[in-house]
Amino acid sequence: MSHELPYIAAISEAIQLEMARDESVLYFGQNIATTDDDPFLKAFGGDRVRVTPISETAEIGMAIGAALAGYRPVVELYMAEFMLVAMDQVVNEAPRFRYMSGGKVKVPLVLKAGYGFTAGWAGQHTGSIYSMFVGVPGLKVALPSTAADAKGLMATAIRDDNPVCYFHHYLLTLEHGEVPDGEYLVPFGVASVRRPGKDVTIVATGWTVDRALAAAEALSEQGIDAEVIDPRTLAPLDTDTILESVAKTGHLVLVDQATRHGSASAVIAAEVADSGFASLKAPIKQVTALDASIPYSEPMERYLLPDEEKIVATVLAVLGTAPVPA
Amino acid sequence: MSSEKYPKALDKERLSWMLSQMARIREFEERVKHTFEEHPGAIRGHTHLADGAEASIVGSLATLTEGDQVLATYRCHGYPLAMGSDSKAMMAEIYGKSTGLCGGYGGSMHLVDPDVGFLGTSGIVGQGIPHATGAAYAAQIRKQGQVVLGFFGDGASKQGAFAESLNIASLWKLPIVYVMENNNYNVVTRSDQEDANAAAGEPLAIKAKAYSMPGVTVDGGDPVEVYVAVGKAVERARSGKGPTLVESKVYRLSAHGNIIAPPGVPLHYPEHEAITVFGDKAEYEAALRGDPVPRFRHRLVTDGSLSAEEADAITAAAKAEMQAAVEFAFESPLPEPEAALNHVYA
Repeated sequence: MSHELPYIAAISEAIQLEMARDESVLYFGQNIATTDDDPFLKAFGGDRVRVTPISETAEIGMAIGAALAGYRPVVELYMAEFMLVAMDQVVNEAPRFRYMSGGKVKVPLVLKAGYGFTAGWAGQHTGSIYSMFVGVPGLKVALPSTAADAKGLMATAIRDDNPVCYFHHYLLTLEHGEVPDGEYLVPFGVASVRRPGKDVTIVATGWTVDRALAAAEALSEQGIDAEVIDPRTLAPLDTDTILESVAKTGHLVLVDQATRHGSASAVIAAEVADSGFASLKAPIKQVTALDASIPYSEPMERYLLPDEEKIVATVLAVLGTAPVPA
Repeated sequence: MSSEKYPKALDKERLSWMLSQMARIREFEERVKHTFEEHPGAIRGHTHLADGAEASIVGSLATLTEGDQVLATYRCHGYPLAMGSDSKAMMAEIYGKSTGLCGGYGGSMHLVDPDVGFLGTSGIVGQGIPHATGAAYAAQIRKQGQVVLGFFGDGASKQGAFAESLNIASLWKLPIVYVMENNNYNVVTRSDQEDANAAAGEPLAIKAKAYSMPGVTVDGGDPVEVYVAVGKAVERARSGKGPTLVESKVYRLSAHGNIIAPPGVPLHYPEHEAITVFGDKAEYEAALRGDPVPRFRHRLVTDGSLSAEEADAITAAAKAEMQAAVEFAFESPLPEPEAALNHVYA
């Protein structure tokens, strides 16, 4: 059984279900539980649900301390860039504790942050900064693109015994989708094949998954059968599913809202070049944001971002490339 | 006997325990320091010693009871030692051995032993303060009367993590005592070069006022004075009234750490920054004359709390224990290289 929910409500549903299921789950951070009629506050009380000052280092650092002391905090950070204020806690504290202790302690926590608010928010609130965290041993990174995945990945993140950066896309906030009822877990490290196809593999994340699916529809009108894969988590990364797809299609186009050298697609390209080179009939191509900060004005903002037309053009270019001699 | 000279809880057994812990920390640190000559190459990277801070550490920890928790900094050897961690495992950790407290994954700066209530450290100045604060939040909502001690240096009080944490702790009335060990040096600068309060001639405990919590300054060379001040703060925290900032003035008797050098250069401890940076030998010699370990021993023997023989036995036991710790560490095997991939994820 399922029900329809906006993406953002699916996330809240997962947090509520997990808090009801496990008393050690805490939810604190910015812009939540500000009044007594807050649903989380009403359901779970002021011990487990708290609004914090705008103090990211303390919010994330306290989550680490509470996790060391046996709790499972979910930190509401509101916007991904706010994590940059507390980069030491995210990168150099949370994921180091377990390792440096030789496995004596664990740090189960979720850093929940929205990203990619390319709707006129200009340079400091629009970044696609998830790949900064992908190469940090000990951290996990989840990037849901549908309401169902938003729910299932959040539940899994909360139950995970490691620090998880959970990035939800601001442009998907009100996108509706069918969400399974009750307990629903989406495993980490398992990509979703959103559209099966045989001619070209398109890997996309977050908001760009829908752009890739739209591009695949447009390509199908030209007789091109594109497979669209959403990795759903970037750490761990399901390279097997991508490699299997490339073995079938021989062509790979990577779509990512981040800038080219700061993208997760650069990592995926390297993995496929390393382990799937023999399958490739043409060079790997990336459709990423162009290398600039996000501008305020709409035409410039749109110009920088990956879109359906850029994806279609890139797929056509990849398929038109002469096969690489064996 | 001397019951009127000490708080009631500090009976002969407890005073003896305090001197013993101070002696153990001192001897442990001496053996770490001497390892650079004894077993060159056995200790890698950076170590930071607590010699000079023993009275502050032990006076603070003596206020705790079962279930209380502690977090600290990279200068972390003293706390777990006094809280009950195995000195052999601790020394083996610093020697990078598989028998180490943390299996050789953390080393000198990152000792962790949750079994004794020592939840860990941060090697980055000030960044452990929010961890201690979060553990205090956990203690508050667990409602079992637990208290957290968060140790850090005076340098850390210039970090945003300090300000953010003390604000929330006071706002939420968290059961925590912030023990700022003020040794007046921030690696190679003196506090009045970095701290507006110090430059203005104010105690650093005045910072507490900005967060509406009590701030007190104590002589960190006197374990009884520390015990009384931290004890009062612990009582306040335990009764739900919130945090306190205790500025404990100590003098670190070693340099900030062993020299920072590329591989191939033998490591060692240089002289204290008072001498190497400021050319102030008199300051350092005065600090040596005030050394808290012989000072406390002298006091206990002079006022009849302990006999000289009892005090000597404490020192001898500490020496024997740490000799065994060094032998254990030296003889223990190194980890298997492939173990480097364990514990990345839980």
